[in-house]
Amino acid sequence: MTSESHDFLQHLINGLSLGSIYALIALGYTMVYGVLQLINFAHADIYMVGAFASYYISKWIGLEANPGFMALGLALLTSMVTCAVLGVLIERLAYRPLRKAPKLNILITAIGVSLLLQFGAQIIFGADPKVFPTLIEDKSLIDTPLLILKSLDVTVFVVTILALLGLHFLVFHTKMGKSMRAVSHSMTNASLLGINVNRVVVFTFILGSSLAGIGSVLVGLKYPKIEPLMGVMIGLKGFVAAVLGGIGNMSGAVLGALIMGLSEEFVVAYLSSTLRDALAFGLLIGILIWKPSGLMGKNTIEKV
Amino acid sequence: MKNKLKVVLMVLASISISGLVLQFSINAYIQILILQILMYSIAAMGLNLVNGFTGQFSLGHAGFMAIGAYTSAYLSQIFPGFLESTHLLGFFIFSILGGLLAAGFGYVVGLPSLRLKGDYLAIVTLGFGEILRVFLLNIETLGAARGITGIVPYPELGFLDRFWVSFFYIMIWFVVGLYFVWRLTRGRHGRQFLSVREDEVAALSLGLNTTQIKVRSFVIASFYAGVAGSIYAHLISIVSPSVFGFMMSVNIVVMVVLGGMGSFTGSIFAAAFVTLAPELLRSLQAITGYDLRMVVFSLSLILIMIYRPTGLFGSKELPDIVRSWRMKKS
Repeated sequence: MTSESHDFLQHLINGLSLGSIYALIALGYTMVYGVLQLINFAHADIYMVGAFASYYISKWIGLEANPGFMALGLALLTSMVTCAVLGVLIERLAYRPLRKAPKLNILITAIGVSLLLQFGAQIIFGADPKVFPTLIEDKSLIDTPLLILKSLDVTVFVVTILALLGLHFLVFHTKMGKSMRAVSHSMTNASLLGINVNRVVVFTFILGSSLAGIGSVLVGLKYPKIEPLMGVMIGLKGFVAAVLGGIGNMSGAVLGALIMGLSEEFVVAYLSSTLRDALAFGLLIGILIWKPSGLMGKNTIEKV
Repeated sequence: MKNKLKVVLMVLASISISGLVLQFSINAYIQILILQILMYSIAAMGLNLVNGFTGQFSLGHAGFMAIGAYTSAYLSQIFPGFLESTHLLGFFIFSILGGLLAAGFGYVVGLPSLRLKGDYLAIVTLGFGEILRVFLLNIETLGAARGITGIVPYPELGFLDRFWVSFFYIMIWFVVGLYFVWRLTRGRHGRQFLSVREDEVAALSLGLNTTQIKVRSFVIASFYAGVAGSIYAHLISIVSPSVFGFMMSVNIVVMVVLGGMGSFTGSIFAAAFVTLAPELLRSLQAITGYDLRMVVFSLSLILIMIYRPTGLFGSKELPDIVRSWRMKKS
């Protein structure tokens, strides 16, 4: 076995783990877009607040002293609840008054909310980066010359898969999920059929934001440095992943995110690390030229 | 023809005189602020064409400004004597080149993304701005992260100081720019832009090439941004990748939105407001001890969108507002 193929497997694992984190972010974008046709720019900053919430709760209770599943679960729960509450608040205060306004206005409001969270966080949490506590011991589960499987990567996979299964259940096997899909299909028709659109929108924001919360803890574990602007780049990439898969399409978002994660890892590994951030946008522009509806999106024809 | 010449001469004369008045009446700090307002107004006017008239959303205007700024900075570095020997003409040539290069980039970026509907332009332009920044950070000939420093400033002419020359130069761009977009939007092109904004499907069914219309407005806006960037380079004398980041783009968008989408005088007014507000808010920082400027800024953005979604001027221009105000009074 050469070291080359060993490296390849390692990069594959890293890429998948990065991709699954992107997936958690991308799902939030794609769900909100599906329901409201709004690029929720604040999503990335909700994620940032989630990271800080779990950071402070871990400091406060002293979760770092006894890492394990209990600590991880508690951090995840804090982050999810904080993000969900924040998401709902933003929807209620900033987006709902503009539901019927031109799209440009809502988009600008979203940017405003995003900036508010970023700069508010710089004042409240401080602009300097903080070290995220180790909630799970990072030891090698499998340590062979062929590949090293770290417990962190396994945690990221397992948590992501559990979250995706939960999401799948909520969206496809509950009444609320059915209403959500109906609203995403056509808001007017859904409200005519007696679906409470506002409740569905709130539900969507709760789902999307909690996923971002999960993502923030996983990122905190894997890249233990958190700061108020940490959401900007990952948010953009999550959005690109959503567009890549076909915005509004949930399985597309996961697929797009995995592609993003893998291609980013391999570009950094085999080409150049400066290309890392340019790659995402290159991909985006490419997809807009050749397949604007995304990999799994449907081409919609607008009828007058 | 004679009449037109008269108007041009009168405009030049009034620019010179107001420049003289400002040169001797106010201090350097306010002078710099005035020049910055004019520069941002040029960028905002251009963007208003895209955001206000054509109803598209660009979030990477700082990128196009960066292209203009770096063009001007780089050219004045490799041709050091050129600006001195040609006086103001050289600055015009650099600004035009910067604008053209920015417009070329605008075409390349705009064409794929403007074919599509919706918010894609916002994301692609945002991405473009970021990519450009990454490239600028890595190009050693353009100074990488340090940027280019010591760019030739506007010269002095006899008893006319640097402020007067800068003011004269920027004012010419400002007036020509305002005149051009004003005429443009009040003719056939303007109606085409508006038709795309109001209903793209209807515009398409009237046989308009909506993609071409959108690209046209975007390319013009990029040119304006390029020129504004070139002015920035000579005005501030330093360009670096970090200056032309996302915040600069957002600032220009805010000028357009705050002033009213579709109102050029509104954009100018808002450019003044956005440039001056942080300076005025400095005292707030002294009281609270925190840098609350950006928080106030973003909060006011949200509140304006919720309570006055059309911006301060709406789609009206200053003369319209004055006229209706007079009619109400009488």
